[in-house]
Amino acid sequence: MVIQANLTHFKTLNEQIRACPDADITVGCCTGQRYIASGMSGRRITVHGTPGNALGAYLDGCTIEVFGNAQDATGDTMNSGEIIIHGSCGDATGYGMRGGRILVEGDCGYRGGIHMKAYEGQLPVLVIGGQAGSFLGEYLAGGLIIVLGRGVGGLPPVSYFCGTGMHGGKIVLRCDEAPQGLPRQVLVSEATAADRAELLPHLEAYCRRFGGDAQALAAERYFVLTPNPEAGYKQLYTFN
Amino acid sequence: MLKEGQVRIPAGCAISGIFSRSGARTSGEAIIKSISTMHDRSNGLGGGFAGYGIYPEYADFYAFHVFYDTQAARDACEDFLEAHFDIVNLSKIPTRRHPRITDEPMIWRYFVNPLHVKLEASQLDEREYVARCVIRVNDQLEGAYIFSSGKNMGVFKASGYPEDVGAYYRLEEYSAYSWTCHGRYPTNTPGWWGGAHPFALLDWSVVHNGEISSYDANRRFIEMFGYKCNLLTDTEAITYIIDYLGRRQGLTLPEIAQVIAAPFWSTIESRPAEERARLTYLRNAFAPLLVTGPFSILVGFDGGLMALNDRLKLRSMVVGEKGDTVYIASEECAIRVIEPSLDRIWAPRGGEPVIVTLDKGGK
Repeated sequence: MVIQANLTHFKTLNEQIRACPDADITVGCCTGQRYIASGMSGRRITVHGTPGNALGAYLDGCTIEVFGNAQDATGDTMNSGEIIIHGSCGDATGYGMRGGRILVEGDCGYRGGIHMKAYEGQLPVLVIGGQAGSFLGEYLAGGLIIVLGRGVGGLPPVSYFCGTGMHGGKIVLRCDEAPQGLPRQVLVSEATAADRAELLPHLEAYCRRFGGDAQALAAERYFVLTPNPEAGYKQLYTFN
Repeated sequence: MLKEGQVRIPAGCAISGIFSRSGARTSGEAIIKSISTMHDRSNGLGGGFAGYGIYPEYADFYAFHVFYDTQAARDACEDFLEAHFDIVNLSKIPTRRHPRITDEPMIWRYFVNPLHVKLEASQLDEREYVARCVIRVNDQLEGAYIFSSGKNMGVFKASGYPEDVGAYYRLEEYSAYSWTCHGRYPTNTPGWWGGAHPFALLDWSVVHNGEISSYDANRRFIEMFGYKCNLLTDTEAITYIIDYLGRRQGLTLPEIAQVIAAPFWSTIESRPAEERARLTYLRNAFAPLLVTGPFSILVGFDGGLMALNDRLKLRSMVVGEKGDTVYIASEECAIRVIEPSLDRIWAPRGGEPVIVTLDKGGK
């Protein structure tokens, strides 16, 4: 079923989506309506236009595909499912995410993947095709963030304060040199064969959606950021 | 009634701006359409607009827009204006009755120039003279508030949702090369007209999404230089800071951005030596004007527009370009709704100003 969003209020639009019996729903002419598909499971939702903030928040198994850019807080606290963005996304993408996968073709704003967490079989994954803004993976507690740096020319595809307060999970950056100025909580190393094997299925998913050769991509140079067990939180914010 | 500053007001808010580099003037309809897509970022307790280039027939006169609570306030203010200015035109600002815009003050407009003799006697620069007069009215005349005082520009604001405020002020009848607007979400204060954005002094106008945690430090400093923060809103302080740094200290807009949204010391350390020295100087010389807390602001001025995020980028803001028109908004949807096919769209980094000006100075 196709629902034309245009200037419909978000509450009405989301009621229409929830009331629709179809498993496959297309939202056309989206104009900033918030909370699309939030908390939903078992549907496939395609969005054309510009979905509003908190797209797929608390997502619980849906697949969402966006043809356009997403705004802020995409996949906030999502639990499972997949969000595919044919474009870029705003700030706080994957904020507190605890499962599922977000694939962003282009860039990600500030605070991508902050405080993602993993538990038993739950492993959230955020793949960013271009570059990420400051505070990527701040307070990261678990999960995997991959930044491919397409169009960045081999420079580190991140900005200031990447991984500040990180105490779990992994951030993988495709670049020719390790990023400078990382906080003390972060250790940086070249990707190992095991790291590449872990990346591969996600690179395949990225290339399947947006084009490219996953095998060739996996063979390129990556740096892996992991928490430094020696640094921890002690005296990070207060001297006590 | 407690006004802002006497009560705490966390704010959500939405901002939007449209700027034509070629100087082509468009009506207020597009900016109203833009802000209305972000309706839920506001709560109906404040909306406002600034338009530049709207009074070409009076381009050489200061256009004062004034709220009056009482006839007595109007009499007192007009006495003051007549004593200090040559008033070439005065009228009520045309409005349209609107079911959701209520408790209207009297809203008057005056096109003025300083009285030559008074200006001479004051030994002040003309703009300083005008600014002091505006501050004096707002500070000392109870019930009178000059909320717009620039040349060939004007602020229109009220308590209400911005799209309703735009309709109320009949903005479709004005043409501007630069529009900014604001939808307000004060969650803990009575709605009142004076607290709506933009806040303006001379040709500066500021719309602001955010909350300044350094307000008192900023206010104490800026009040040493004759400004009076008596509207008790944080945004008012930003307007005066920009006037002080830009008009009185002669800083450039990028320098102003580096004062109010100064990079962290750790970031300054990583810059080349010359840049490091310059940034260190600005942070030290104007330390009390560092604005902390979340903000995204649009600063309108004669011939240009500056957009700026706080250095941590705690508020969203995107910029789009199509031909010679630049669009800036809290959310991308507010740009796409008026221009679906952009040449370029991006999110500026925190503390990184986006400054657009008229081509060839608007000539």
